[in-house]
Parts: sequence; C-alpha cells; structure tokens
Amino acid sequence: MQVRPIISTLRRHKTAATLIVLEIALTCAIVCNAVFLIGDRAARIARPSGTAEDELGYITLTGIGTKADATALTAQDLAALRAIPGVRQVSSVNMVPFGNSSWNSGISLVKDDPNGVNVAQYMGRDLLETFGTRILAGRGFQPNEYLDFEAAQQGKFDHPSVIVSHALAERLFQGDEAVGKQIYFGDKPAIVVGVMANLMRPNEFGEPEHAFYSVLLPVEIPYTEGGGYLVRADPAQLDTILADAESTLNRIDPARIILHRRTLHDIRREYYAKDRAMAYLLVGVTLALLLITALGIVGLASFWVQQRTRQIGIRRALGATRGHILRYFQLENFILATAGIALGMALAYGLNLLLMAKYAVPRLPGEFLPIGALLLWILGQIAVLGPAIRASTIAPAIATRTV
Amino acid sequence: MLGYYLSLARRSLKRNKGLTVLMIVAIAFGVGASMTTLTVLHVLAADPIPAKSHQLYYVQLDPQPLNGYRVGDEPPYQVSRYDAEALVRAQRADRQALMTGGNAAIEPDRTDIKPFFAEGRWTSSEMFAMFDIPFLAGTSWTADDDLHAARVAVISRALAEKLFGSTAAVGRTLHVEGQQLRVIGVIADWVPHPHFYDLNTSRYGKGEQLFVPFSTSRELKLSRSGSMDCWKESGADSTALDSPCVWLQLWVELDSPDKASAYRDFLVSYSEDQLRSGRYQRPPNVRLRDVIGWLELNKVVPPDARLQTWIALGFLLVCLVNTVGLLLTKFVRRSSEIGVRRALGASKRTIFIQLLVEAGMIGLAGALLGLGLAWLGLWGVRHQPAEYAPLAHLDLPMLAATFGLAITSSVLAGLLPAWRGCQASPAIQLKSH
Repeated sequence: MQVRPIISTLRRHKTAATLIVLEIALTCAIVCNAVFLIGDRAARIARPSGTAEDELGYITLTGIGTKADATALTAQDLAALRAIPGVRQVSSVNMVPFGNSSWNSGISLVKDDPNGVNVAQYMGRDLLETFGTRILAGRGFQPNEYLDFEAAQQGKFDHPSVIVSHALAERLFQGDEAVGKQIYFGDKPAIVVGVMANLMRPNEFGEPEHAFYSVLLPVEIPYTEGGGYLVRADPAQLDTILADAESTLNRIDPARIILHRRTLHDIRREYYAKDRAMAYLLVGVTLALLLITALGIVGLASFWVQQRTRQIGIRRALGATRGHILRYFQLENFILATAGIALGMALAYGLNLLLMAKYAVPRLPGEFLPIGALLLWILGQIAVLGPAIRASTIAPAIATRTV
Repeated sequence: MLGYYLSLARRSLKRNKGLTVLMIVAIAFGVGASMTTLTVLHVLAADPIPAKSHQLYYVQLDPQPLNGYRVGDEPPYQVSRYDAEALVRAQRADRQALMTGGNAAIEPDRTDIKPFFAEGRWTSSEMFAMFDIPFLAGTSWTADDDLHAARVAVISRALAEKLFGSTAAVGRTLHVEGQQLRVIGVIADWVPHPHFYDLNTSRYGKGEQLFVPFSTSRELKLSRSGSMDCWKESGADSTALDSPCVWLQLWVELDSPDKASAYRDFLVSYSEDQLRSGRYQRPPNVRLRDVIGWLELNKVVPPDARLQTWIALGFLLVCLVNTVGLLLTKFVRRSSEIGVRRALGASKRTIFIQLLVEAGMIGLAGALLGLGLAWLGLWGVRHQPAEYAPLAHLDLPMLAATFGLAITSSVLAGLLPAWRGCQASPAIQLKSH
C-alpha cells in the first residue's frame, strides 16, 4: 500500500483534514488528562483508613446545658454500651477518620519549633483495639498510662507516652528506630512508645502525604468534648447494634440529643462524595468526547467516499481489489489519527502543566500518553470501518457512467 | 429574502437528516455541559451582599509571638477576644460588630417537639444594621444590652414558626441550654451565599436560627463553633478575655475609601500600642479587606468547580470543531448547486449569508436542546452531595447566556465553511456537469 497518493489526496482537502486532525488532537489531550484525573480520584477514594472500617459505628451526642458529671456519665455509658450483645469494643473518642472535625497540633524533634509537622491527635482509652489499628513496632498504652482529660488540659502532662503513625515516624526519623525517641508538642516533651499502622486523619491537611500524619495520646476523653462513642461489632449486625446503642444512651440520660448515628463506612462515603461526583463527570465527558469524535470521523469519511465514488470505480476497473480500497481508507484514517495524536500529546502535556499550576493536579505520568494514543487509533479505525466498507463495495462499472 | 434563505436552509437540513441531527446534538451537548458548569460557578462566585460588598471590611491583626515571624506573612484569619472587644469599644468605624458561630440546645414549650440543636451566632448589636438584615417583627438589641449581657435573643422566621407557630414571637420566652432568653426580634429569611461573614461554618448552608448578644453568650457559656487557633497553652477556658487564641470575626462598615485607609492607619497605631504595652510581640501586621477581597483570599469557589468548567468548555470546543468540519463538507458538497446559483446572478455575499443562516438554524436548534440538557444537568447537580447543590438553578441572565453561547458558537462554526462554500467558482462547477 502506497502512502504517497493518500498524502497528495489529503493535500487537496487541507481544511477538512486539518479540522479532523485538530478534533482528534483536542480529544486526545482532554481524554489523556481526564483518564489520569479519574485514576487520581479513584486512588484517593481507595486509600485505606488504617481501621477495621466495616466493623465500626460512630455515635455523637451532646447534653443540654453544662454537665458537671461528664466523666462519670461517660463511664456509665461505656459500661452500658459494652453490655449490648454483639459489641466487641467501645471507646469514647475525640474524632474519627473522615469525620472532618479534627484536633491538630504541631510536633517536632526540637522544643518550640514554629515549623513543626502538623498532626492530628486521637484521644481515648483502648483506641487501637477499637479502631482495629495494628501496632507495627513498640507497644500500645498500658492501663495505668491514661490521663484524665481535665488533668491533661491543665498541663499535668509530664512525659506522657505517644504512639505515632508509620508515615509520621518515617517523616520524623527517616527510617531510624522511632520507639524510645523524644518529640515535642510545642514546649512539652513526649516519648514515642509505639508505631502504629497508618491511621488516617479526619480531614485533608496540606499535601496528600500528610493524610496519615496522626498520633494517639493516652488521654481518656468524656463524650462532651465534641467527639462521641466508637462502637466495634460484627459487620452483619452493626446497624441493629447501633440502633440499640442509641436507645441505650437515651435511656441512661434522656436530656441529651443524639446528633449522628452512622457507620464509618457511611461517613467515608459521604467524605468522598465530591470526588466520586467529579470522577463520574469525567467519565461522562470522556465517553461523550470519544463518541462525538467518532461520529465526526464517520461524517467526514462518508463524505469523502461519496465524493470519490468515480475515482474508486476507476481504480477498481484498473484492477484494485476490494481489499485495496478498504485499506486505502483505513490507512488514510491512520495517518490522520497519527497526526492528531502527535499534536494531542503536546496539547495533553501543556494542559497538564496548566492544571498543575492552577488546580494542584499532579504531573501526568508518561504511561497515560500511549493509553490515549491507542484509544484514539482504535476509535478511528472503528469509526472509519463503515464508510470504508461502503467504499470497497462500489462497483467498477460506476467508472463508465457519468455522474 | 431571509424567508427564502430559511426555507432553503430547512430543505438542505432535511436532505441529510443524520448529519443535521449529529451537528445539532454535538452543539447541544457542548452548550449543555458548559452552561451547567458555568451556572454552578455563577452561583458559587456570586456577590453575597451586592449593595455593601465594598463598604464592609474584615479586620485581621497579628497577636502571635515573634518566633516564626517573617515579614509579609498573612496575619491569622480571625481575631482574639481581647482585640475584638477593644476595637468594638473604640467605635472608630461607621459600624462594627464582633461575632462567632455557635450551637445551642433549645427546649420547646410545646410537648410535641423534642429538644433540638439550633445553629446560632453570638454577636454585637450593630451586625443587623451593618448587614441590612430585614426584621419581620421587633428590633435588634442595643449597645446597652451588649454592655449588660441582657438575656435577649433575635430568632429566624423558621425558628419562630417552629417554636411558636407564628412569627408573632416578640416577648415570648426561649429556653436555651437551660436558661431563659426573651425574644425581642424576628428576622425575615436572610441567608447570604456564600456565608461571607464566617467562612469556618457551612459556606452554602441554611444560615443561623438564633442570634444572641456575644456578652450574654459568654455569661451563659454557650458553646461556640468554627475554628480556633492558639499560639500557646490556653489554660482551662480558651474563650476567656485574655486567652492566647484567635476565634472571632470582626467586621466594620466604612462608607468611603478615605475612611477605609484612615481605619487601616488606626489598626496600625492600635498594633503599635499593643506592642508598646507588651501584649504584642510582632511589628504591626494588619489587613483590612472588603467582602470580595476576603472571599478571594479564602478561595471560596472550590477548585473542582473551576476545573469542571474548563473541562466543559474544552468539550464545547471539540463539539464546535466537529461542527465546523461537518458543515464544511456539507457546503463544499453543494458546490455545483452554489455554482448554478452564482451563474444565475447570486453574489458571493448572498451565498455567504444564505449559508450562515443555515448554520444559525443549527445553532438555534442546538441552543434549544442545549437548554434542555443544561436544565437536566442542573437537576443532576442538585442531586449531588455538594453543600451548594440546592442553589444550582438557571436564572434569567444565565438563560440569556445559554442562548447567546449556542447561537454565537454555531455562527462562528459556520463562518469558515460558509466562506469556503461561497468560493465555488460558477464556471468550473457548470463545466463539470
């Protein structure tokens, strides 16, 4: 198959050929970036939280007026919740992953460092067991290590133990042993007693890698401090157990308002709702773009086939086979698609630079370009197949008739 | 003449139904997607208080310790209680108000409603006049009430109707966190979007139900909401007058640029005084931004909404290139017909206009269909989980913009094909027959 005649034909239809190349290029650029963004969002949504998510439920509640006996009431609540059949663990906790509301603090290896690493601080008794977060090195808290929240607030916080997440340990100690080291919360020292699996923080804070900068403090917290009760149970029974838990809490003190009763799974779903919506929108746009481009190719190819009917008839009469004609249009489309893809790659790269500058989108990895290219080559070949087959069925006799 | 062009265009469009439908649908999808995302952007970027957005200013001061200070650093996004109260007392602006968000449990007198939580705002008296908040009944409290922490409250129409069954609630008693407050005013529905005066709470939410003097809220220890930043250990009460924390918003009204620059000078001299007294450690670091500047600093429009708009516009561009290509092939295909018309005396100009009319007709059909798709798209947006979702409606300007966009883009798409189409030289076209 000769390429020369195809090129010289395309030269005679410069405007139409340019337009189709441009359309393929634009589609290629947008689709490359869209597919990349979809993958980026999907990876974000799939990040593990470091907890036994399916087994967890979270109930937040608040009293009317100030409660003088919050600590005693919390102990009573916890005992009653533990007694519900099917409950494996219960903790009173100040916050949960994906919960948005977050207690943050700056920590550092030096005292009073204004540029400390911002971390989320989880508080509550037996949190590792309730969250189902594994200890990777060192140990968990011992029962006698826990401080009362009021005492912790008033600064009676001398040399407490702290458990840091794996990501945070890496950031602070760069691969060195973390257990036994001293860190500072502002001017207050603390000793790292354990490293836990990456427990996600309640909300985004800065760079994506900061999502797992969290610590666990040995502080017992009453339910009145903005958090709530974290219940761990068999996933199959979780909903009924949470409903039971709510009525139990209402029975203990009716003068309280239950704010939320949700499984961690639902909290996570809601947290990523915007990312999912964005990913679906991008999928929709990608499909629509590919469809429009394919239809554009069909339209143009049909027109060219019709315009060249007599020419095709002459070639057939001079001995060209149906296969020759078919391959002519396929090759022509391949040349146009290749030109479009080449231009599209450059555009895709430029578009990504623009998005990186304006919307904190990461750099487009190189492997997305061949994916986009392959997609458009296949699309072009499928789109041109119909018109090309029609062209190949033109009878040689056409050449002898005047149109 | 136009009537003749229209009938020519209609006949030509009918001849290639598939192609016509393809062009119309492509334009409609592009326009529909673009208008959906532009409308969302239009809603998100709206001026929340158009009458006063250039007279209301947000105050920022820098009471943090010297450690970590760099020249040009942005001061904290909120002010400390000490500074807020001092600046409200100073009365150096036309109006001023300090405020914070809060939550309070309300126990209804009616036994058929369980106690519930209401979003509130603890503020000072001038907020109502400053933000032009309309009253249905009663009035706001006075500066005197601020001073004496009067047990009074202003409530929203919705809360009045929920608790008392009507808006005639002035003089009634409200049970808040086990305390009693007297209702002195009921405001009409007033929910600016975005919630410019406090961006820590829900930005496109339903607004507050309960307004209580800030001084009263401190005496009753009502809970606060929003964000709080402390630069050292705050002790037992982080909301105390001398706590080392910023957690309040301070707004001032200044009706001329001269007054604004005078007020900025005042903030600098206030900071210098604080530095001399030892309360501040940093050199004066103040900002005074109007509503629009404050919204821009906080990047109120979510980057995802802008990204979606760009994606939709990119999609529209591909649809237009597609239409240009298809129109071109269509017009070039009719060279012989055009040749005959030219030979019979039609000028290039009339052919050009005739072809443009045909492109415009496709645009009009695309606009109508695109409008339907935009309406459908916005319906989809309203069922999204985003906080601003319920606000996504087509208003009149956006409706007009949709039409404008569709017609303009299709005429633009028709220009090149029409120009190429009318180039057909009569002699060659006639000869080839």
